[in-house]
Amino acid sequence: MTTRIAERFAALKAERRAGLVIFITAGDPDPKISLDILKGLPKAGADLIELGMPFTDPMADGPAIQAASQRALKAGMTLKKTLGLVRGFRETDKATPLVLMGYYNPIYIYGVDRFLDDALKAGVDGLIMVDMPPEEDAELCLPALRKGLAFIRLATPTTDDARLPRVLSNTSGFIYYVSITGITGTASADLKHIEQAVTRLKRVTPLPVAVGFGINTPDQAAAVARVADAAVVGTAVVKIIADHPKHPSETVAKTLAFIGDLAKGVRTARASA
Amino acid sequence: MSTPNSFRTGPDESGHFGIFGGRYVAETLMPLILELERVYARCKADPFFQKELASFHTHYVGRPSPLYFAERITEKLGGAKIYFKRDELNHTGAHKVNNCLGQALVAKRMGKRHIIAETGAGQHGVATATVCARFDMECTVFMGAEDIERQKPNVERMRLLGATVHPVTSGSATLKDAMNEALRFWVAKAETHFYIIGTVAGPHPYPAMVRDFQSVIGIETRQQMMEAEGRLPDTLVACIGGGSNAMGLFHPFLDEPTVRIIGVEAGGYGIASGKHAASLTGGRPGVLHGNRTYLLQDDDGQIQEAHSISAGLDYPGIGPEHSWLHDMKRAEYVSITDDEALEAFQFCSRLEGIIPALEPSHALAHVMKIAPKLPKDHLLVMNMCGRGDKDLAAVLGHLAKRGRPI
Repeated sequence: MTTRIAERFAALKAERRAGLVIFITAGDPDPKISLDILKGLPKAGADLIELGMPFTDPMADGPAIQAASQRALKAGMTLKKTLGLVRGFRETDKATPLVLMGYYNPIYIYGVDRFLDDALKAGVDGLIMVDMPPEEDAELCLPALRKGLAFIRLATPTTDDARLPRVLSNTSGFIYYVSITGITGTASADLKHIEQAVTRLKRVTPLPVAVGFGINTPDQAAAVARVADAAVVGTAVVKIIADHPKHPSETVAKTLAFIGDLAKGVRTARASA
Repeated sequence: MSTPNSFRTGPDESGHFGIFGGRYVAETLMPLILELERVYARCKADPFFQKELASFHTHYVGRPSPLYFAERITEKLGGAKIYFKRDELNHTGAHKVNNCLGQALVAKRMGKRHIIAETGAGQHGVATATVCARFDMECTVFMGAEDIERQKPNVERMRLLGATVHPVTSGSATLKDAMNEALRFWVAKAETHFYIIGTVAGPHPYPAMVRDFQSVIGIETRQQMMEAEGRLPDTLVACIGGGSNAMGLFHPFLDEPTVRIIGVEAGGYGIASGKHAASLTGGRPGVLHGNRTYLLQDDDGQIQEAHSISAGLDYPGIGPEHSWLHDMKRAEYVSITDDEALEAFQFCSRLEGIIPALEPSHALAHVMKIAPKLPKDHLLVMNMCGRGDKDLAAVLGHLAKRGRPI
């Protein structure tokens, strides 16, 4: 079992602050710039990294992350190259947890066992799979857990109390609470609702709770950081990458600067509350 | 792989046909899909539900559709005795309404009056808009911007029926993307909206539910053939995009070992060209749109664009039960090119006075290949699942381009 996720959340707890989870799509806008951004994330203030595996048909993603997938695929990205990106990242960072997020088909075609072995070897800590509910656990979740990768489950506003135990079983690393009933980057969640949801989850699981979908600004990130163990920001980051496709150094600098702002929000959230 | 005692018992309780099918969807949708499964199981067993459905079949759709002996085509081909199951005579001009009607009645039971649907050629969109008008439901249809251009009359029909047509510009702006967008919209409105999927695909229970609603085609065919010939047919032929008309015809015959079953996929410019929509012939198993099935995809598991002259077959996947029947070798799957389908379109119009849709023109093109070699007492049924008025403009364009004006 990789220990980076547990160690990072323990450290955050000791610092009495929430963590910042940053999502980017692997290979967006191209593999080289993507690696530069990835390598810069920890220093800019990302506590955990969620790396999207590009897919042609991202059913749970809004226009911004769909476009990021398209850019990456156009630049020749594959699942194999995504794992290569992780290896490149691990050359300079051994401590920051990195989880892969995406859809099942590319993994199925790669071969589940081979993928899990290669992902572990590359330095991946866990998986977040959009289209693998607990009903299909035998296929990927259980083999991943057996090999020592975390399987981070998404809980949503439609996951009621009756279903919650099913969602939490076989979940490890942390719980990802999807704060809106919808796809990525399309709405902002109501803070009161988030607070209630986190409380509900905390009652039934000892795992840390990260909240994502619909967090776009440092202020929103800070507000979520007051009530959850981590705030996830993806669409807003990807949009900055989209806005600067022609100037690699500018893309990297602007993206990391924005992450610095988000981190500042998250890190001071509880002190200023 | 051993042969099962019955081919008609699937799916299992987790929604699988062998390795195919399943429920590969976002968590947001899972509670809803589980609820749908429960409600549909109740409807299926409820005589009042079945009675209401049957009444609408008779008085609104115009069922049973005739089983018609295509005498002139039979003579011309000189072999098997060819029958058409005339589902193009249904209200709205295709088999799609069988399924929409059933699902709308399920939605009604669930207290949902907001309906969403995806459509390629627009036939499923029109059928959905039709039943929504009838049951006073609000209807949103997702359609690729490319297809909206190609299928203007159907777009206008949907609007006339009161539906909102939502253009989809993401990806290739065709059926696959319309389905992605419908699923995204559904994720956001899961608690209030019912998604009427148009084919035997998607997460469980859709493949089984849509099959059940389309099985009326095969059940009628069986009875009508017994009346006409006193015995079961020898061969069944139907076209396949997602495969709902084919599954409807095939399913009641799956356990009849003497009945040969043939599904016809869209071969586009030919399988070797790579520009086709033949998932079974030219694809391999993968996971998309909530189920595992044969898909057109590259070595990285990225989904590829389908191509077919027929917008209704232009989809890179196929229903999971067909994938299973293919692997079990209970049904055969072949492909027909754009050109062969065009020829069948003209052939049927001239000889029988029936203008077929481009979709069943693929099935007919295969019939034209096999019928001459079969004995005269061989009974062949082809599902004429849609009428061709919608395709007229496109066909005229294609024929002109090929130097074969009508």
